Amino acid sequence: MAGSTLKIQDLHVEIEGNEIIKGLDLQISGGEIHAIMGPNGTGKSTLASAIMGHPSFEITQGSVELDGEDVLEMEVDERARAGMFLAMQYPSEVTGVTTSDFLRTSINANREEGDQIPLMKFIKKMDKQMATLDMDESFSTRYLNEGFSGGEKKRNEILQLLMLEPKIAILDEVDSGLDIDALKVVSNGVNSMRSDDFGCLIITHYQRLLNYIEPDYVHVIMQGRIVKSGDAALAQRLENEGYDWIKEELGIEDERVGQSQEA
Amino acid sequence: MAVETKWTFDSETVKQWAEKQEEPSWLVNKRLDALAQAEHLPLPDPDKTSLKRWKFTSFEKIDAEEPATQSFSDLPQEVSRLAGEESEVQNLIVQRDGKIAYHKVEQELEDNGVIFTDIATAVREHSDLVEKYFMSDAVRTNEHQLTALHTALMNGGVFIYVPKNVELQTPIQTIFWQDDVKTGLFNHVLMVTEANSRLTYLENYVSFTEEEANVNVVTEVYGGQGSEVKYGAIDNLESGVTSYVVRRASLAKDARIEWALGQLNEGHTISENTTYLMGDGSYGDTKTVHVGRGKQTQNFTSDVVAYGKRTEGYILTHGVMKDNATSIFNGINKIEKGGTNSHSEQTGRVLMLSSRARGDANPILLIDEDDVTAGHAASVGKIDPIQMFYMKSRGLSQTEAERLIIHGFLEPVVGALPIEAVKTRLAEVIERKVY
Ligand SMILES: Nc1ncnc2c1ncn2[C@@H]1O[C@H](COP(=O)(O)OP(=O)(O)O)[C@@H](O)[C@H]1O
Ligand SMILES: [Mg+2]
Repeated sequence: MAGSTLKIQDLHVEIEGNEIIKGLDLQISGGEIHAIMGPNGTGKSTLASAIMGHPSFEITQGSVELDGEDVLEMEVDERARAGMFLAMQYPSEVTGVTTSDFLRTSINANREEGDQIPLMKFIKKMDKQMATLDMDESFSTRYLNEGFSGGEKKRNEILQLLMLEPKIAILDEVDSGLDIDALKVVSNGVNSMRSDDFGCLIITHYQRLLNYIEPDYVHVIMQGRIVKSGDAALAQRLENEGYDWIKEELGIEDERVGQSQEA
Repeated sequence: MAVETKWTFDSETVKQWAEKQEEPSWLVNKRLDALAQAEHLPLPDPDKTSLKRWKFTSFEKIDAEEPATQSFSDLPQEVSRLAGEESEVQNLIVQRDGKIAYHKVEQELEDNGVIFTDIATAVREHSDLVEKYFMSDAVRTNEHQLTALHTALMNGGVFIYVPKNVELQTPIQTIFWQDDVKTGLFNHVLMVTEANSRLTYLENYVSFTEEEANVNVVTEVYGGQGSEVKYGAIDNLESGVTSYVVRRASLAKDARIEWALGQLNEGHTISENTTYLMGDGSYGDTKTVHVGRGKQTQNFTSDVVAYGKRTEGYILTHGVMKDNATSIFNGINKIEKGGTNSHSEQTGRVLMLSSRARGDANPILLIDEDDVTAGHAASVGKIDPIQMFYMKSRGLSQTEAERLIIHGFLEPVVGALPIEAVKTRLAEVIERKVY
C-alpha cells in the first residue's frame, strides 16, 4: 500500500492532571478518510492537538507511530516535516507576517536546504489553490489569520493543507461556522487531496460535512474513547437519530469527559 | 556629578580648532560658553537608568583625518552598500568621523534652492540661517552636560534647508560612519523646512569595531507652517560605543512629521525623540523599533508635547529583548493647557525572548486640558506558546518561527520607512541582531 500509516495505541492524554483521552486506538493509512464524531467536550480537539504535540497536553500512556517511527519523541516541527498536518479548530494569529510569507517559509522548511521552492512556482501554486478555495487574492498579503472571520480562518487552514501536501492530515472542525457554499468549497479542497498517498482524519460534530467528503470509516468518541466504529452509514444514522441510542447501548449517561462512570 | 575624564578639551584648544575651521565668531563664542557650562552641568537623568558608570567622554580627540578621496568606489563595501548601487544614489552625504567621504546632490535640489551640505560648510556659507536655529530652541546647550558638550565639540553632521513651497521628490540620505574610535563623534543634523515644503530624509549611523568609543547625536527639525517631513533613521553603532542621541522637532501650524526610527545600536544608548506640536493642527507620528541584546543597557524616551489646538500625536514603540539586555521605554504624551481638541495615542509593546533580559514599558499621559482625547496601551510579553505550536505544526523550526514572529512584531515600523531599499536594510540589521 502506498502512503503512510499513523498508528495510535492505548493513548492517554491529560491536561492539568485531568485525564481527557482514556485509552484510544486508531489507525489511519494513506488512501483512507476517517471521521471522528462526537458531541462537544468529548475530547476530539484534545486528541488532535496531542497527536501534533500541543504544549498544554501531556501524554501519560500509549503510543503514536508514523510508519513505525515514534511520533511522541519528535518535536512539533519534526512531526510536520515527517508528513503530519493539523488544521486547527482555533488557529493563531500572527501579526506582521503575511499568509503568503508564512506559507512560503513553511513549504521551504519542509524541503531540503538547497531545494527551496522557486518564487514563481510558489506563486502559481498559491494562486491555483486559492482559486480552488474561492479565496480573494488579498488573502495572500493579509497578516496570517489576523482579523479573519471564522470562515476565512477555516479556508486558510485548508489552503495550508493544499500547499503543504502532507501524508496524514487531521482536520479539527473545519466545518464549524461555514455556510453551505463555503462548506462545499472546503470539501472540494479536501477531496482534491484524495489519493493513495493521503490519509485524513476529519473531526466534526455534524454529519453535514460528511455529505461532501465521504468517509471510509466513522468513529464515535465519548468520554475520551472510541466507543463505536462503522462506515458512512453510521454517520447518517447519527444525523437522523442523534447520539442517544449509542449512549443507551453502552450505558453512558454523560458523554463528556471528566464525568466518567465505567460502563 | 562626576566627570570621569581628565579634561583635555580646554577652551584654548577648542578656540584654536574652531578658528582653524574658519567658523563665524558667534559659533566660536557659543562653543566656548558651552564648554564652560559643561564643566558644571550634570549628566542627563533618564528615568530608571543610572548613568554613573557610563563613559560618555572617553575619546581622545575631536578632529579626525580627512578621507583621502571622496569617491564612492573608495568607500568600504560595508558602508557603500548602505547606499545601494552608485548609479541609484540620489542625494547623499557620507561622513567618516564627521568628515565628508562622499557627497552627491541631484539637480532637483539646486534648481529649487535646497541646501544639503555638511554642517562645517553650512556654518561658513549659511551662517545666519544656522545661527538662527542651531542649539537654540528644540535642543538647548544648557540642558545638561551632554548637550553642552555637543555645542562645544560638534564636529560632524549636515544642514538641510528646504525653501517655501518646495516639494522635494528625491529623498535626502546620510550615512554617519564612525571609524576612528579615538575621535568622539558629535554629530548634528539641522533641518529647516519652510512653509508648505516636503522632505523625505533617511540617515544611518554605523560603526564596525567593538572598541570603546563615544557618539553624541543631536537632530533639530524646524517644520514651517504646513510643511511635511518623513524622517527615517537606522542607528547601528557597535557594542563598544556609548551613545547619547536626541532627535527633536518643533512644528508650526499644520506642519507634520513622521519619524520611523530603527534603534539598533549594540552598545549602551540613551535615545530621546521628541516632537513639539507648537502650532495649531500640527501632527507628529513616532514609530520606533528596538532590539536589545548582549549586555547592553538602553534607555528610550519618545515624547510628543502638544501646545497647539487640534494637534495629533502618536507614538508606537515595539521592542525585542534578548540575552541579558536591559531596556527602558518611556513614552510621554503631553497636552499642555490650551491644546484644546487635541488627540494623542501611544502604544508600547515589548517582546521578551530571554528570561534574563529586562524590558520596561512606561507609558505616560500628562494632560492639562479637558477637551482632548487620549489613549495608551502597553504590554510586555513572551512569545505565545500556542502561536509557536501553530507555526511549528507547519514544519517551521523554533528558530524560523521566532524569526517570523519577530519580523512580524517589528513590521509596523519597518513597513513605515519611506524607502524600499531602506526597509530591506533595516530588516537585514534586525535579522543580524536577532540571530
Ligand atoms: N486547555 C484546556 N485546559 C483545561 N481543560 C481543557 C483544555 N482543553 C480542553 N479541556 C477539557 O477537555 C475536555 C475535552 O475538550 P475538547 O478536547 O476541546 O473537546 P471537543 O473538541 O470534543 O469539544 C473538556 O472537558 C475541556 O474542558
Ligand atoms: Mg474541539
